[in-house]
Amino acid sequence: MSGSEERVARLRILRGQEREAGHLEEYEVPNGVGGSVLDALVWIRAHVDPSLAVRYSCTNANVCKECTVLIDGRVAFACTTRVGAEPMTVAPLPGKRLIRDLVTDIVPPLEHLSHLSIDK
Amino acid sequence: MEVNTGVLVIGAGAAGMFAALAAEGIGASVLLVDKSLVARGGATVMAQMTVAAAIAHQVPDSPAAHLADTVAAGRGLCDESLARLLAEEAPDRILDLDGWGVGWAREDGHIRQVIAPGHSVPRCVYVDFLNTGPAVARTLHTQVNRRPHIKRVSNLYVVELIVVEGRACGALAFDVETGVPVQITAQSVVIATGGLARLYSRNSASANISGDGYSLALRAGAELVDMEFVQFFPIGHLAPRLVGMDPIMWDPFRYKLGGRLLNGNFEEFVERWGGVDSGKYISTRDLVTYAIIKENQAGRGSPSGGAYLSFQHIDETELRRAFGPIIDRLERNGIDLTRMPVEVAPIAHYHMGGVKVDTAMRSSVKGLYAAGEAVGGSNGANRLSGNALSEAFVFGHRAGVEAAAFASGNEASVSASIWRGAVLRHEERSKQKRHADFPSPTSLISKLQAEMWSNVGPFRTEVKLARALRWIQECQRMLLELPLGDDGPFQQTRTDWYDLRVLLDCAECVTRAALERKESRGSHQREDYPATANEFLGHYGISAQREGMALSWHPQEQDVAGKKK
Repeated sequence: MSGSEERVARLRILRGQEREAGHLEEYEVPNGVGGSVLDALVWIRAHVDPSLAVRYSCTNANVCKECTVLIDGRVAFACTTRVGAEPMTVAPLPGKRLIRDLVTDIVPPLEHLSHLSIDK
Repeated sequence: MEVNTGVLVIGAGAAGMFAALAAEGIGASVLLVDKSLVARGGATVMAQMTVAAAIAHQVPDSPAAHLADTVAAGRGLCDESLARLLAEEAPDRILDLDGWGVGWAREDGHIRQVIAPGHSVPRCVYVDFLNTGPAVARTLHTQVNRRPHIKRVSNLYVVELIVVEGRACGALAFDVETGVPVQITAQSVVIATGGLARLYSRNSASANISGDGYSLALRAGAELVDMEFVQFFPIGHLAPRLVGMDPIMWDPFRYKLGGRLLNGNFEEFVERWGGVDSGKYISTRDLVTYAIIKENQAGRGSPSGGAYLSFQHIDETELRRAFGPIIDRLERNGIDLTRMPVEVAPIAHYHMGGVKVDTAMRSSVKGLYAAGEAVGGSNGANRLSGNALSEAFVFGHRAGVEAAAFASGNEASVSASIWRGAVLRHEERSKQKRHADFPSPTSLISKLQAEMWSNVGPFRTEVKLARALRWIQECQRMLLELPLGDDGPFQQTRTDWYDLRVLLDCAECVTRAALERKESRGSHQREDYPATANEFLGHYGISAQREGMALSWHPQEQDVAGKKK
């Protein structure tokens, strides 16, 4: 038990507000904090860097689909992907407007605040 | 930015969407907002289980029988007028959804109804393979999208209700992406923000179930009720680590298959603490939670501090049929149910307390309504399984109808100076200086969750509750010194700041009411007062006064009209 607690998982996260100008930041997360990439991201926000932006809601039920990101180059849910022994790279979802860090614009167009003001 | 609407609905889960549909249906313009995504954030989409309604498709049943079961589970404390409304109108709402194509499981040409703990007959409808919540959310979302007079906004965070001369007239919100304040003038307001399970480190809630509506209502001057009653779901998943599955997923399989609950010595134990088990799965949630904790206190817990849930006595073909595709997802998590039990333990799940309303869903503030889990009272000291979605549908619909009726002919107007004050309060928080050695609101949220789990969890004592209250008050003082997040897009430290404020308001309400209730009843168990006492047959109300939160006592009302029937 104690052996696995001491091991760390390594996440390289693409950060910034522009994809081209983004930079990778590496974080170490104790293995004991949970099994999924989302658990690791939530732990980083609470314990290391609250400024990391990541969208999530249902946390581990695999129903809200808000935590969709690019993990090692593949589109995946952060909540269903296990952290592994090898360092993993996490980047924002491609094909959507990047807002910041791992957050992209996945809000349906008619549910945007801007739509409300245009409509009035 | 300024917006005008007839009815403002805060929270876009089942209660909020039902309210929006009902209000629009009788001619109101509706603005439906959610701090996450419409129909995707919140608790509804996570509901894996069943919905209780006396539609009597499976066996003879009646709203009166549903009411009787609800009241029995509530340990004497249900607001019977609300529970009656729930039982009487739930069938109509189930049929609304059926007509909209939700896909209730069927057999022999009728909607299939199954038994769930605390119900006297098979009464609970569902969509198969853990899809009840997603199917309900998707179906309501489609309906909402089709209505021309419902405007929807995702990622809009409401921080303050605007009350003018005792009447709710709208809200100040900010856009989560940009932080820009949005002034919403509304003729009536419906709070449909769900519960507060995120207050606890072990919870089955989505990240946005922080109790926003309780805090908004309290700060607007409305009264809350029954805040000490937090429901702990007894068999939340504990070990081995399960990735990508809801921790409360075991429940539907227990009632399909009858999984056995065993202690660390592989003995059945629920009987020992006054329940019934033997794979029958009929004991209510408060009782099973109590039994699991008591076994652990006696040194007979499972290795991770819970109980075993075993399906090993069930034939593999039968398991595969009942679990469907879920069994493969379990396999990917290294769980083979034919060979091993899993470990389960109580987990914060639902809140019985909430905004005090009458049967028209009116709060004590004019023009302010509540719906769904945000409402307090209908479930008493322990909610009957299957009633959460029913109350979201019924109370949502009712709140929508009533809020729209109030909005019609009741123009709201908010003066420029009131708006200026609200916006300033929001903006001044951004200008707070950052102290390098201060913790972030983000880290304080996880500390608060740990504090609540340890000291205001399923088992409570005077000493632990008093300790928690001191911690909460200390944290409230600290919060005022903490700056809102930096500028820039999607600053979650900004939402974390407001989430922490909301969570602290709720934590204080739960703890204060729990301190006063010196007895054990339903989900509120006091180790120092283990008996249920008649003198506590009533409700603590909480309201915000100038000098702080004030508690008031409301004796339990007998539902005289109901008794005569």
